[in-house]
Amino acid sequence: MTHAIVMTGADWVSLLLHYLMLSLLAIGGAITTAPDMHRFLVDERHWLTDPQFSASVAIAQAAPGPNVLFVALMGWNVGLNAGGLSLAALGVVLALVGILLPSTTLTYLAAQWGHRNRDLRGVRAFKQGMAPIVVALLVATGWVLATGASYNAHDWPLWLVAAVTAVVVWRTRIHLLWLLGAGAVLGWFGLV
Amino acid sequence: MTPLPAATATAGSGRAQPESLTDLFVSFTLLALQGFGGVLAVVQRELVERKRWMTREEFIEEWAVAQIMPGPNVVNLALMIGGRYFGLRGALVALAGMLTAPLVVVIVLALLYAHFADNPHLAAALRGMGAVAAGLITATGLKLLGALKQHPLGVPACIAFGVATFIGVAVLRLPLAWVLAALGGLSCWLTWHKLGAA
Repeated sequence: MTHAIVMTGADWVSLLLHYLMLSLLAIGGAITTAPDMHRFLVDERHWLTDPQFSASVAIAQAAPGPNVLFVALMGWNVGLNAGGLSLAALGVVLALVGILLPSTTLTYLAAQWGHRNRDLRGVRAFKQGMAPIVVALLVATGWVLATGASYNAHDWPLWLVAAVTAVVVWRTRIHLLWLLGAGAVLGWFGLV
Repeated sequence: MTPLPAATATAGSGRAQPESLTDLFVSFTLLALQGFGGVLAVVQRELVERKRWMTREEFIEEWAVAQIMPGPNVVNLALMIGGRYFGLRGALVALAGMLTAPLVVVIVLALLYAHFADNPHLAAALRGMGAVAAGLITATGLKLLGALKQHPLGVPACIAFGVATFIGVAVLRLPLAWVLAALGGLSCWLTWHKLGAA
């Protein structure tokens, strides 16, 4: 399980720079750059093992909070591999600052500009024009998450859970955590 | 940076807003900690339906921007909502609320994971929660459909764009950037003309 590596100062800088670059390419979410992170961290630099990479993504997806935290876990694991908790903390900070600083700065400036110019025809056309697309995108994202990379008919109970959840949340005001808990229980007892 | 005026749409109708930076931080921390498998569904439920900080229409507009900009979408959304009420300070506070507590949780989970990674029940429970999380996102989309009724392009055109988007992303599995550029570009262009004619 352990995978000892040596990280020089220059290595940490290149980790930061790589994430700074990926931040601006992450249109549609940080997860869209995961394949490139795998190439960089696992295949090219050998800072992480393949199971460590997969576990970072899986844990962040299962945990509460934004999924971008998988990036923090990658930094954490690189630091652990390099020698301990303080380096792991350094890895978290560099990875998160790298993936967030450029995109959040750009988004903040764009949002401010858009808000100041909200009466411009172009700004209104953009925001309203995107509305049907982004609403349908949410429905489609749920569909993709529920069915996985390939349609496997064996997974029909999972599709049923997703579909029932969608209808219940759409039509009732039940607290979302009850539904997540129900999903966990059904899974734990092997029912889905 | 100066804070932006919060009430851009018609006031009234029980419109609320965060009371303070602390309220903003706590609200986003609680949102993030409820968001298993994605925070967006919780953001919509809490900020639009319960706290009423924004209308459905405003939520869609902000989400469109958060989606089109690079970076994690819900992080962008938090930043924009915080910035709308308290300027740069609000943006940073919302961001910190969204990330701090979940970061601690995820690191603790990573430390525990090594011990429990082999438990098949745990893996199955996570699968079950994943299916629910997928349903939550779909439901968020379904609930926002109603906001398209007043759309300048009209309901039939919105349905056409929605169906095309769904086919592109869910059936053909095209890259998101293509779908956003092609269908989004066309829709914005048509909307632009419609707004000019009105």
